[in-house]
Amino acid sequence: MTSMTLRAPRASRSNALHAGAWWLWALGLAAAASRTTNPLLLGMLVGVAGYVVAARGTDAPWARSYGAFVKLGLLVIGIRLVFSTFFGSSIPGTHTLVHLPEVPLPDWAQGVRIGGRVTAEQLVFAAYDGAKLATLLICVGAANALANPARLLKSLPGALYEAGVAVVVAMTFAPNMVADVVRLRTARRLRGRPTGGVGAVLQIGLPVLEGALERSVAVAASMDARGYGRTAPVPPAVRHTTTALTLGGLLGVCAGLYGLLTAGGASYGLPVLAGGLLAALAGLRLGGRRGVRTRYRPDEWGVRAWLVAGSGVAVAALMMWAAAYDPAALHPGVVPLVAPGLPLWPAASVLIGLLPAFVAPVPDVAPVPHVSPVMKATAK
Amino acid sequence: MIRFENVSVRYDDAAPSAIRGVDLTVPEGELVLLVGPSGVGKSTLLGTVCGLVPHFTGGTLSGRVTVDGRDTRTHKPRELADLVGTVGQDPLAHFVTDTVEDELAYGMESLGLAPDVMRRRVEETLDLLGLAELRDRPIATLSGGQQQRVAIGSVLTPHPKVLVLDEPTSALDPAAAEEVLAVLQRLVHDLGTTVLLAEHRLERVVQYADQVILLPGPGETPRMGAPADIMADSPVRPPVVALGRLAGWTPLPLSVRDARRRATALRERLAEAPTPTPTSVPAAGLLPARSPEPGGQEPGSGRAGAMLARLLRRRTEPSRAEPPRAAGATAAAPAGGATAPVATVTGLGVRRDRVEALRRVDLRVSPGETVALMGRNGAGKSTLLAALVGMIEPTSGAVTVGGRTPHRTRPRDMVREVGLVPQEPRDLLYADTVAAECAAADRDAGAEPGACRALVAGLLPGIQDGTHPRDLSEGQRLALALAVVLTGRPPLLLLDEPTRGLDYAAKARLVAVLRGLAAQGHAIVLATHDVELAAELAHRVVILADGEVVADGPTAEVVVSSPAFAPQVAKILAPQHWLTVTQVREALDGTPA
Repeated sequence: MTSMTLRAPRASRSNALHAGAWWLWALGLAAAASRTTNPLLLGMLVGVAGYVVAARGTDAPWARSYGAFVKLGLLVIGIRLVFSTFFGSSIPGTHTLVHLPEVPLPDWAQGVRIGGRVTAEQLVFAAYDGAKLATLLICVGAANALANPARLLKSLPGALYEAGVAVVVAMTFAPNMVADVVRLRTARRLRGRPTGGVGAVLQIGLPVLEGALERSVAVAASMDARGYGRTAPVPPAVRHTTTALTLGGLLGVCAGLYGLLTAGGASYGLPVLAGGLLAALAGLRLGGRRGVRTRYRPDEWGVRAWLVAGSGVAVAALMMWAAAYDPAALHPGVVPLVAPGLPLWPAASVLIGLLPAFVAPVPDVAPVPHVSPVMKATAK
Repeated sequence: MIRFENVSVRYDDAAPSAIRGVDLTVPEGELVLLVGPSGVGKSTLLGTVCGLVPHFTGGTLSGRVTVDGRDTRTHKPRELADLVGTVGQDPLAHFVTDTVEDELAYGMESLGLAPDVMRRRVEETLDLLGLAELRDRPIATLSGGQQQRVAIGSVLTPHPKVLVLDEPTSALDPAAAEEVLAVLQRLVHDLGTTVLLAEHRLERVVQYADQVILLPGPGETPRMGAPADIMADSPVRPPVVALGRLAGWTPLPLSVRDARRRATALRERLAEAPTPTPTSVPAAGLLPARSPEPGGQEPGSGRAGAMLARLLRRRTEPSRAEPPRAAGATAAAPAGGATAPVATVTGLGVRRDRVEALRRVDLRVSPGETVALMGRNGAGKSTLLAALVGMIEPTSGAVTVGGRTPHRTRPRDMVREVGLVPQEPRDLLYADTVAAECAAADRDAGAEPGACRALVAGLLPGIQDGTHPRDLSEGQRLALALAVVLTGRPPLLLLDEPTRGLDYAAKARLVAVLRGLAAQGHAIVLATHDVELAAELAHRVVILADGEVVADGPTAEVVVSSPAFAPQVAKILAPQHWLTVTQVREALDGTPA
């Protein structure tokens, strides 16, 4: 019986995990990745993120970006290696792999080198460094795949609602523009023209922009007709107070920053800055009264959200602690070149990041995406 | 509920009014249908109700529109949002959020309803529109009919008293259209919502209307009345009404059921007439409707046909050269298997990811033959067309068009074998003027200069060289795209959903043009939801379902027995094989009354 109740439930809107929890978890993994260059630990972090995405990801359009982030990560490693090969590196090394012809540079370009000796040490260093960046990217990709970005924006405070809407609309636009490009390239083929080349890009670009413009006008009309931007009547006194607070607060912030940056102004700078911030926030809050919006079923922050977010934070905290306690294990040496070892405790702490794969609600069977034939045609 | 008091709208001081002198009252709780040829200001009139005209679109509105006592001059669209729900033709342009449930809640959030009220109404609306299964789905993954239902649902949740819809079923297959119309019926009957809707496909909606507003022409005064009265002399009318007028039934029948009850005598008279064949009809168009385009020439079939015959005289290849058959010849030639087919598809399979878009599809298209591909949205019609032009590589099986394998042939060579007019003809047009477009088309196809312009003159008489393709009406744009495609003189012509957004007059011109082309030996394949168009044009109908061919045969045989794909005339006169009003008219002319 207990084993039944302990199993994660099927995901639905009511038990949906707060998008913020997924982002905290992913950022925790990313913070952990930023503390180490040990390829084994980085590999474990990628593995943990990938496993959770596989176990709890959906097939929604925004979730498919995970693959793109993985490819981007590999690209980063590749670029890092290529740069290191051609532009040299400050890492001293003894294992020369290859000697590239060096481009002679004038004196004023001292310190810049093109070509020359390529050592195993510098390549390994570049690969470790690239792997760190790639892991960061993959963690962000995992957050993207697990949490609908639009839902995260819905958790913004009311005064920032407009900014959130702009981002959501922009996000739905990107795939539509891609679809437009695909459709217009197909149409070029129908007229017997090549689909590549500069001419094609120019001829397709204009209609795509036109289409995007038309679509944005249509969405604006729809939003207007559906009550976007309705305001509640606010008594004049409140309105004036809002204006005064916001303006005064912003002025205070400016004055405080100025004080902090000038010599000897620190004494009054900090309090003025703090006061200004408070006033501006109060202004925003009061300003929120003009909006009549309410929120439909906001995500709840429950026990599972605490566990998911907590696991990410724990990974980050333990890794930071390990970095202070035993920095050598997290940064395997490249001079001299040694095989990286797997430090036991940091590795164990990375595994805590797997917790969401057991506690987060299980998504339903993926819906079959409705793809237009033209999209299919060029999706090869 | 809605009062128009002497309303006129003018977008530009120089241009004539888009609508003029509208003086009407739409009573509460009625379903009112707005009809008229394209370009008479139907969308403008609908826009004035929700305040988007003139607050959003600009222009000058004189007179007064009041909705439930609120004057749209003093109320912006957002202040009418709790009273009027508006859904446009393209549901995708309507959505602000990305999942079904959020979309349903969006309007209520803007209005600031309490969370428990929102939750209750979302649940009610999910049930009312049959969307409960789809509540968590991303909107982008829904089919066209589902999207249209979500769009309607999203404006219903704030409980508006008035619902305004602009061509809600134009892009839908017959079954999905039924779904949407059933929902509208339910709203009017159960909730007392006032519905004002514009629609070109009258055969789908006219029987549900309580009243009809007719906009007869640009700037002309609209008339409002009972559907049967207005239809009696409307320039746009569905086949059931046309048949009723032909047979002299009064009052006019609006639904197939009404007509069937009265059709016994007609069926008896027609029983003596010879069985019709699709091409036994001179290409006279669907209905003798007035032309809405300025300049208004309606290319008579004879003239267009003769012109096209001259222009499209087949080039040297003797095997394909087919003597232009006079209009009125029977369909015997294309049906016979003696001629070499223009296109053959054998065992075609197309797979994309895990979706099998097509499975073991076989198709032969002979010169001079017109084939209609039908089936619900997503059945694989567009995929089959894409495979025929070589945009898709078959996963299995083979496609041969004019002896070539399309996906291995260079686009430059392919345009001389097969031409496709896509769903959105505008995609084919890049240039700023009609003349530049034609010159480009000549270059693309390697035709002699002026070939495309001559075709445009045949299809679209009276069009100016300097016109921007954007300024053309839907029908004119389709004709221009058709001319561009025909410049390469492809023996096989494909059209994807050609009648979307066309009114009856434009459709009649298209039918005349396509008949002319078929008579010269062009093979035509059209993917369409428009059963009336298929009945009018096609020798053969191929029905696809889930990527497989489920029916393939002469139009009359396939279509008459099918509840979804039968045209109205066939439904009325079943079990006899009559498909169009024109066939019936000719048969009646031949038999004594």
